[in-house]
Order: sequence, then C-alpha cells, then structure tokens
Amino acid sequence: MTEQPYIEFRKVSKVFGSLTVVDHLDLTINKGEFVSLLGPSGSGKTTLLMMLAGFEDPTAGDILLGGSVLNRTPPYKRNMGVVFQNYALFPHLSVAENIAFPLKRRGVAKAEIAERVNRVLEMVQLPDQSEKLPSQLSGGQQQRVALARTLVFEPNVVLMDEPLGALDKNLREQMQYDIRRLHRDLGLTIVFVTHDQSEALTMSDRIAVFNHGKIEQIGTPQDIYDRPNTHFVAEFIGETNLIPVKYREGDHSRCSVTTKTGKDLEVTSPVTLFRGTEVLLSLRPEHIELGDSAEGLENAMPARISDVVYQGDHLRADIEVDGTKLVARLGRHLPPHDPGDEVFIGFRPQNARVILP
Amino acid sequence: MTARLGPHLKASALVLPLVLFLALFFVWPIIAMLKQSVSDPVVHNTLSQTSAIAAQWNGKAPVPAALQDALVADIRATTDRQEMGAVVRRLNSAKSGFRTLMRKTRRAIRKTDGPINLGEVDKRWNEVAWWHTIAQASSPYTDRYLLAALDYGRDKHNQIVALPEDASANRTILARTFVISLSVMLSCLAIGLPFAMVIASTSGWLRNVLLAAVLLPLWTSLLVRTTAWFIILQNNGLINSALQALGITDQPIPLIFERTGVIIAMTHVLLPFMVLPIYSVLLSMPGNLMQAASSLGAHPIVAFLKVMLPLSARGIASGSLLVFMSSIGYYITPALIGGPSDQMISSVIAFYATESANWGMAGALGLVLLSITLLLYVVYGRLSAEKKGVA
Amino acid sequence: MKKWALLASVLALGAMSSASQARDLTITSWGGSYQTAQQDIYFKPFSEKVGKPVLDESWDGGYGVLQAKVKAGAPNWDAVQVEAEELALGCDDGIFEMIDWDKMGGEDAFMPAAVSDCGVGTIVWSLALAYDGSKLSDGPKNWADFWDVKKFPGKRALRKGAKYTLEFALLADGVPADELYDVLSTPEGIDRAFAKLDELKPDLVWWESGAQPLQFLASGEVAMAASYNGRITSINKTEGKNFKIVWPGSIYAVDSWVILKDAENKELAQDFIAFASQPENMAKLPEYIAYGLTNKEASSMVPDEYKADVPTTPENLEEALSLNIDFWIDNSEALNQRFNAWLAQ
Repeated sequence: MTEQPYIEFRKVSKVFGSLTVVDHLDLTINKGEFVSLLGPSGSGKTTLLMMLAGFEDPTAGDILLGGSVLNRTPPYKRNMGVVFQNYALFPHLSVAENIAFPLKRRGVAKAEIAERVNRVLEMVQLPDQSEKLPSQLSGGQQQRVALARTLVFEPNVVLMDEPLGALDKNLREQMQYDIRRLHRDLGLTIVFVTHDQSEALTMSDRIAVFNHGKIEQIGTPQDIYDRPNTHFVAEFIGETNLIPVKYREGDHSRCSVTTKTGKDLEVTSPVTLFRGTEVLLSLRPEHIELGDSAEGLENAMPARISDVVYQGDHLRADIEVDGTKLVARLGRHLPPHDPGDEVFIGFRPQNARVILP
Repeated sequence: MTARLGPHLKASALVLPLVLFLALFFVWPIIAMLKQSVSDPVVHNTLSQTSAIAAQWNGKAPVPAALQDALVADIRATTDRQEMGAVVRRLNSAKSGFRTLMRKTRRAIRKTDGPINLGEVDKRWNEVAWWHTIAQASSPYTDRYLLAALDYGRDKHNQIVALPEDASANRTILARTFVISLSVMLSCLAIGLPFAMVIASTSGWLRNVLLAAVLLPLWTSLLVRTTAWFIILQNNGLINSALQALGITDQPIPLIFERTGVIIAMTHVLLPFMVLPIYSVLLSMPGNLMQAASSLGAHPIVAFLKVMLPLSARGIASGSLLVFMSSIGYYITPALIGGPSDQMISSVIAFYATESANWGMAGALGLVLLSITLLLYVVYGRLSAEKKGVA
Repeated sequence: MKKWALLASVLALGAMSSASQARDLTITSWGGSYQTAQQDIYFKPFSEKVGKPVLDESWDGGYGVLQAKVKAGAPNWDAVQVEAEELALGCDDGIFEMIDWDKMGGEDAFMPAAVSDCGVGTIVWSLALAYDGSKLSDGPKNWADFWDVKKFPGKRALRKGAKYTLEFALLADGVPADELYDVLSTPEGIDRAFAKLDELKPDLVWWESGAQPLQFLASGEVAMAASYNGRITSINKTEGKNFKIVWPGSIYAVDSWVILKDAENKELAQDFIAFASQPENMAKLPEYIAYGLTNKEASSMVPDEYKADVPTTPENLEEALSLNIDFWIDNSEALNQRFNAWLAQ
C-alpha cells in the first residue's frame, strides 16, 4: 500500500532579508504520523512549523495539505492546532473559557461546548480546574490546558513548538508520555519541533534532523541513531566516537578501513568509495566491548584505560588506543578496572559506521 | 535599644525628603485652598465691634445707631491700609459700590475725631442694603464662595437661591470642562490604541522612531505646541489651504476658535499619556497570543476584540484616566485656540486668582473641581474593581 | 564625620552668601517692543548713571499677581508699570509705597491723570479700533461700523473682559461719549450693552495678550480689532503693514510706575521713576512707540513727525474718551462675572 502523503512541503524556501532560513526543502508527513523536527536553534525548524501554521508565508515553494495547496489559506481557516512553548493561554480567560475559545469561534452550541470542555479536561487529567485562571496553575498544568485547547476542536494537525522546553525534567517526562498516549489513542497527526534529541528519539515515528535550513537526514529514531549518514547527525544525536580512517575496500555495506597506525578494521558503510578516501568512523560508546585479551573480540585492539567514572546504571571509561582518545560505556557487571590498566577493546562490524567528513 | 532604632531612623531619614515634599507641595496647598474657600475673616477681624453688633441685629430697618458708631470706631481704629483694603475688597465684591463708599467715608472719618453722621457723609448709608452686606460679611466663615461656585447665592432673607442665569455660568463651564475632557479622552483613545499596537508590534529602529514621534510633544513647551496648532488651524493655515488647494472645500473650514480645533490640539498634546500606558501593557503581553487566537480559528477582528482589547483594558483605563484628569485642568490651549464657548473652568479660576484677587472664589472653584474629580476617580475605582472581580 | 562637617559648612556658607547678596533693582513692564524701547531709553541709561545693574522682567497684568507678591512678603519686583485700575486698587489696599513727588519734579509738572499718592503716570495709551488698510480701502469710521457685519464682513477681535467692551458696545449703540458712564451705571444701561454684544457675539473673537489682535489682523483671521495704539504703529514701522487706527471712540488711559510695598530696592526705585519721568528721557519714547507722554514738558518736546500717531495729540483726543477708573474699581468684579457668564453661554 502506497500511502498518499497528508502534508507535503515542495521546494519550500523562506528568506528573511539576506538570510535564508529554509532552503528548498522537501518533506512529506503521513496522516497519523508523529514527526519531530530536530535541530539546533536557527536551523529553520520553527520557521517551517510557522509556515505550516500560516503565521509565515513561504518565499518560494508550496505547502500542501491532503493534496491541496495551502499557501493562501489564512491561519484561522487551516484548522491546525498549535501548542506554543510559552503556552500562549489567554490570561484574562479561565481554563474553561480558554478551552471553549476555538469551539465558540466555530459556533458550537453551548451545551456541547460544556460537554466537550469537560471531556478534554479529563483527557489531559485536569478535571476540577476549569474555573481557575491560567496564572493560578503550574507550568505543567498550563501546558495541559494549552494541549486541551488544541485537542478540543479536533484539528487536522497538531503543531507543537518546543512545548516542553519550559518544564523541569520530571514533568517533562510525564508530559512526553501523555502526549504519546494521546497521539496513539486519538490517531493524531503531530509535527513536533524540538532541539532535545532524547525527546525526539523517545516520542517520534520519524525524525527530521535540520541543519542550516535543510534536512540532513530523515528516518525512524533507530535509523537516525544507529545509522547516521552525516557527520552532523552523528554528532548531534547521542554521543559518538569519531575516528579518522582511510577507506580500504568493500562491497556495498560491508567494508574494511585502515587506521592511522595501519590496523585494518571490519566496519559497515552506506556507500562504496575509492580506496584511500579519508573518512570518519562513528562508534557509539555503548558498542565498545572490553576484554583482558584479544580473544573473543572482533576488531580487537590493545588499549589503556585513563579514567573510569561511576554513573549509576553504567560506567563511563576514557580509553586511549594508539594515541586516539575514545569514550566507552561499560556495564556495571564487568570486573573493575583502574586507570592505567592495559586492556583490549573491540566492536562488531555492524556497529561501526563509515561517514563522510 | 538605640542599636535597634538606628536602621529605622536611617530608613525614615531616607523618605523624609519625600514626605516633606508631599506635605509642602501637595497637602498644604490643598488645605490652604480648602480654608480659603470657606474662611471669611477680614470683616470679622478688622471691623470687630461692628461685627459683634451686627451679629445681634435682626436685619430689619432701622439700622441701630450703635452699629453706625461701631463702624466709625472700627474704621478709626484700623491704621493698617492693607487690612482695610481687604475689608473694602470683600465688601465691594458682595455689593458693587462699596469701594467708593468706603473711600469717601474713610476720608471723612480721618478729618475729625468727633462723632459722625454717616448718612451725611454719603446718602447710601441710609439704605439698609449696605448694612445687610456688612452684617452678612461679619461671620468668620462663609459658604458664599462655595455656593457661588455652583451658581447659588443667598438672598436678603439669607435663603439659598439660584443666581440669575446671566450672572453666573460656573455649572455650564464645569459641565463643558468635562465634555471637552471626555472628547479629548475618546479621540486620544481612538488614535492612541492603534498607535500603541503598531509600536508594540514593531522592533528595533522603527520602534524607536515611532516612540520618539509620540514623545516629541512632551519635549517641547506647551505654549510652543499650542501656537503651532494655531498657525496650522487658522483660516489661511496649513490645513485649510491644503483642503482648498485640493478642491475639497471652497471656503475655509472654521477650525480655529472652535471646539474642533481645541480638541485636535489637546489630543496632540495629551496623546503620549494614552499611548505609553497602553504600550507598556502590550509589551508585557506574550507576543504570540494573537497567533494563538488565529490558530484556534479566530478571524483577526474577532481576535482583536476577544483577546487584544480585553488584555489592553488596564492600559486603556489608566491612559484614559491620565488624559481625562490632565485635560480637566487645561487652560492655555482653550484660551488660545478656542472660542468663548470653549473656555474651561481653569480660566475662570485664573480670572479670580490673578485678575480680581478673589482668592475665596478661586479656592471654592478649585475645591468643586477637586471634589468632582475625586468622585469620578472613586467611580472609576469601583468599576475597575468590579471588572477584576468578574474576571 | 569630617565629611558631614564640611558639607554643613558649605551649606551654611551658601545660605549666608545668598542672604547677604542683595537683589538688583528689578523693574517690571509689559514686555514686547514697548519694553525693548524702555530698555534703551530708561533701564540701560539709568543703570549706567547709578553704576548698578538693573534687571527687567515682564508681566501681563492682573491685580492678584501684585497682591500675592506683597502679601507673601519681600516681593521680588521693585518698580512695576501698572494700569490705572491696578494703581487705584493697590493704593487703597496699601500694597504700594508712597511716591516722593519732590523727587519727581513736583505734581504740577504732570498732567492731572498721571498724579496719584502711589504712582507716577508714564504713558497715555489708547485702545482703539484698528483694521488692515491694505485689505479695506474704505475702512470703518466708528464702533457702529465695527458692529456692521453686512458692510464689513468677517470676524472682529475684542479684548476679553468687561472693561472697554461694554463701553464700545454702548458707543456702537449710539450713546454719546459724555453720557457713557452715566448710562453704564444703571442696570438698564448694562443690559443695553450686553444686548448690543449679543448682536455681534457669533462674529467675535476674544484676545488676551496685546500681540494677538495684530496677529489676527495680519493673518486675515479678523476684519477689524480693538488694539493698543502703540503696537499698531510699531508693526506698521517694523513689518511694513498698513494698519489703520480709528481715533474717534478710542478709550485712553494712563499707565503708571508704582513701587511694591517693602520692596528691597524701594529707594533706588524712586530714583529710577524720577529718571524715567525727566522730560528729556521721556521725550525719546515716541520715536520707538507711539504712546502719549504724561510729563507736560516732555509732551511739548515730541517731534512733529510722531505726533499723528500719539493719543495725546489734540486732533486724536477730540472724540476719544477717558477710561473711568472709579466706575471700574467699583463694578469690575460684578461686571466681569456677568461678562464671563455671558461669554460662557
């Protein structure tokens, strides 16, 4: 089954003066999908969201919803719910009046408004707060009200602009869980802007990684994390060791590379390259294995531990291999090592990935 | 003990200049004004014997001889010319003619030490009306100024009656003062609210330029601004020449010496007091509330009415109050640009204070103005408190 | 501690120096081109003669202003030029110093209207009908013409206040000049004056400062105006205007120098007034501004070329009338109150 894309960006650009914020960008989003736009600030992700909401006009290109061009539709006719980082609740209206606001604009009958407001307040677990003013609620509660106000009119798409950015860690995790639950239960299409990679990894069906107004890579969280295609994605998502190596030979995904000191390693590569091309090897800390001897280790190399830090659920070790410093994440069950210990490290070929610098 | 008192003393010393300033330039003038408007001590103090006898006199003719003798004795006893001058002014202000009458009488009294028949000095002393005026002035306190400020007076039976319409128009002028102030407030609101919104929505140099445009009037003297408006509004001034050159009108539109001109000029002068409070309220509002409203399906006009307007209400209220209160006291602008039917109460107060030196009347009018203004302020306070309660 | 002591002594020194520093002789007049002329012929020469600085300030009149200054004590003005009404009121109230007439050259050296216990008359000025001769070739001849809006369309400017206005109204209504104040002293006469004013009310513009009527005439805002004669001659001279004065029906009055009671420089002020009253000094004034002179000898010294513009020239005086000060000090408050009420309606 080939799914017809629900939202489509076609060669969309946005230029502010001499600054190109979004650059000929293509992106499709399916109905019911949770897509995160992830990237550092200034990478164009929020601008893209604002164009989708209708607050900004694209300089070039088209935005389509359900197959029809949306460019000239004013925001109040787009039927898209927007959740802002600062909640943007109306301070002079009570919680119930805030939530009723979109329904009143749509001419919904009074009795139905009351009923729908109550239903959505239960959905976001805020019953009995309906008469309060936003200023009387905590940050988390306010964001739930903002969410309820968006959900109550059953929008085509829910756009979230760093909605959890102002919350502390525990609340943030709770809200992440709640938003995911609502997405699943209601079948919402959500476009979620964030600069927090762990949030994007936890919540999304797909992640689009933004850099300089372009999408560097788009894919499932696992794709993005395990198979970064570019230097930027590899560094931006999670922690990784980048080791400069030379491409030696290979076919399709499996290949071998040579380190500075001439050691050959078996790794994977998304592309086939000429021999001798200088590339980087991305190796996640948790994929480094440790042993007292080379035995039982793939791609084994002698190494020396320079530091070990206890981090609760794991140990973090700084290791030196042939003058290159690596970070490894080790299980707590391993026998204890002290700084200065001579050991061997290794990794599986499918866990080390060649990327172009 | 001293150690604990020390910081308190120091703290009070810090606010002392403020307290002194308030007492000296705010509380004291108001008390002085209050006192001035009801006290009437000159005749009581200077013509003390006359006052004592007049207090017992029933006001019916004939005038007791003792009263005449007392007056002569009092005039003889008063050597301070300023004191006697005050008495004369007080009496002449109640009844025209006292000035020449008293001058003549004093001259006659100065000439001799013996008894004097006042009726022979001037026929007017035979009329009981002149003595009534003295009798009415002999109490140290009076309500005549306050009554006169509201177009009332006392007749010869000491009953409160309305003054004839052509003798006093303070109520008309007071009402007009409030009507003009209200019009200025509304036109400031009509221009100031959108302007404040425009400023709040801009940023950088454009915002600075717009703010400077509002503040500029505050940096030039009121007289200069008013004179500039005079030049612009006159029959062959900028506006009328432009209108005629464009063929919109054949005849100059009367703007100068008219209410329209007064309101235009006052609006310009007072606009900053409307724009700045609204602007500061708008600044404190999250910038994306209008976006939020439109994403929730509100047409821009609905979003303005349901979100922007109620939220700027606080700024609108304080701006309106500032403009209204300031316009109540306006004097120069209506005097230069308005016609006679645009003069406000301040010009009447100024007339009594600087022209006729009738401080009692000036104080009474000031007091009436102050009371009405305070009353309006209380009403405003009630209304805004109720609104808060509802929200 | 040392710092405080230093501060205290600085403050004390400052207070002492300001207390011991005497204020210079301060003379207050009407401002404008008139005061500029006075600076040239009175203030500066007097300052040079006595070798002391002379300060000058200007004011717009108002008895309350003077009274407040004297009442408050230590007035900051010494000699002030006042109108006849202020002179009479203040003299009664004792807010002016007595004049040392021997210093002034004796009472007989002056015209009678210039002599009073508390003031020395210095100029005779008129409030007269004025119009722009370049706009009206055949201009108004009297106050009846001033009221005739058919013959002379356009607005008219009068001085705001009952004084002069009621007189002009009665003159326009045909009351002969010699009966004017008798009529005005009766309630019917006052009603008659206000009734006459009612006729012209929609066409009237009211001015408060002497420069305004000229401005109105120059801009064409009004067709004619009551204006001070001196200012008209000045503006004709300095700005090449052709404003005309209608002498018949003009009202003249005397302005006097007075000294505020207990003013710091009251002795010096007497000397100044004496200086300003000397014929050879006073006679210089008409060259600058066309006011009549109170010193008889000075009057005779005025060059012929200026005589036509001066109110005291016999031809100009012929149909003019003198302001009745006694009437106005008795009735000013009541009539102004009624006038203000009338204006407001």
